Amino acid sequence: MFKGYKDLPCVPMTWDTTLVNMTGGWRTYKPILDEEKCNKCYICWKFCPEAAIDVDDELKEVPKIDYDHCKGCAICANECPKEAIEMVEESIED
Amino acid sequence: MVKKVITGNYASSYGAKLARAQVIAAYPITPQTSVVEKIAEFVASGEMEAQYIKVESEHSAMAACITASQTGARTFTATSAHGLTLMHEMLIWASGARTPVLMTNVNRAMAPPWSVWADHLDSVAQRDTGWIQYYCESNQEVLDTIITAYKVGESRDVLLPSFLTLDAFYLSHTYETVDIPDQDEVDKFLPSFDPPYKFDVEDPHLFGSLSFPHQFYMEWRYQISLSMEKAREKILETEAEFKKIFGRSHGGLLDTYRCDDAEVVLIAAGTMASTIREVVDWYRDKGVKVGLARLRVFRPFPVKEVRELAESVDVIGVLDRSYSFGYGGAFFAETAGALYNVPDKPLIKNYVVGIGGRDVTPDTVSGILNNAISLKDKGELDQEIEWIELKEGGD
Repeated sequence: MFKGYKDLPCVPMTWDTTLVNMTGGWRTYKPILDEEKCNKCYICWKFCPEAAIDVDDELKEVPKIDYDHCKGCAICANECPKEAIEMVEESIED
Repeated sequence: MVKKVITGNYASSYGAKLARAQVIAAYPITPQTSVVEKIAEFVASGEMEAQYIKVESEHSAMAACITASQTGARTFTATSAHGLTLMHEMLIWASGARTPVLMTNVNRAMAPPWSVWADHLDSVAQRDTGWIQYYCESNQEVLDTIITAYKVGESRDVLLPSFLTLDAFYLSHTYETVDIPDQDEVDKFLPSFDPPYKFDVEDPHLFGSLSFPHQFYMEWRYQISLSMEKAREKILETEAEFKKIFGRSHGGLLDTYRCDDAEVVLIAAGTMASTIREVVDWYRDKGVKVGLARLRVFRPFPVKEVRELAESVDVIGVLDRSYSFGYGGAFFAETAGALYNVPDKPLIKNYVVGIGGRDVTPDTVSGILNNAISLKDKGELDQEIEWIELKEGGD
């Protein structure tokens, strides 16, 4: 990639997008969705500050949590009206 | 072209309008307020097509300007004193992100005690933020510098933010005749902002992310330093081009007056330069060889110009309207620093004047010139740093 000041872009940036930053490693508590309790209201998707919850285009499936980027802030668990998201402490074995 | 009698603050507003600034984010502070009030009027009446963002602080104003600039918009803000110093973090961000934001700063003293009058500490204290700094002497220079500073800052060789300053009340609230150029001539001179990289949802990239010590943080800082060097040439080039179209210029980085055969030269910035010009003429009428070098650009510092000036003069007196507690005014320290590595240096003395808006009168300037001339005759300094017209009291 870059070697030095002569070939760096003049703006501090990379050609990649922010997806390369695997911020999931910062997480202490992991959100686990109980698919039985979920009513697909997608409030968790709306509130996630990191856009780390994905929904399908047809809005038929339960939301998918992107664990590569979820930082474990627990906003989704707090907002879920069905209490379908549980925050579980990460363990080193995982 | 039309002539209007306007304040320095309104000259800023007209400058931003003529430059077609697209995003204005500002917070009011005395004595800057009328700059952004006038722009708000321009936007409300439809005379100016811009997004006007009302923010809750100067820190937010600068953050809004930086991010708007990163989308490719031309941005403008204005502030003064406590507002400028509150922006400090974001000023460093603006240069680091290479966003050519432009700002008017009305030079005002910092509290306590409260003072709203002219003093240069607010902007001098931003020396190391990576901003180009212009110090204006007239309302015409304020308007013209807005137009030229955008062109310099937005050029791909430079891509750095700039601010211009005007002394509180001496310019901000004083009416002068100002030539307001035609919009189509300004449009020809100043094309729209076209950054090499910007926020684009169709082509997303990662901006301003983490750079580890073994990666390129240091190299990106070095790039800023190279661009600041290129800004020197660009300022001169742009001013020459401006002069060709609009018929005036304001002296490049170091605006010299009657310095050619001068033995004693005063270096000063801002409105006190006008007073010094007048007093220099009186001395010249009597055959005394004195001159003025107005520090128009403080960053990048005019090292080459100061060295050329120093070749032929015996004494340089540097007038600072601010003080760095612990050692001298910044203009003095920078001038002395620029001359340390040249042979045959002149004597250099620091005159600390006009702090907190105290008037720098023709008598003040005469006193300084008489002192500087006596140093030339003696061939040595009486003292290195002197606070001028200080009330002593005490007995």
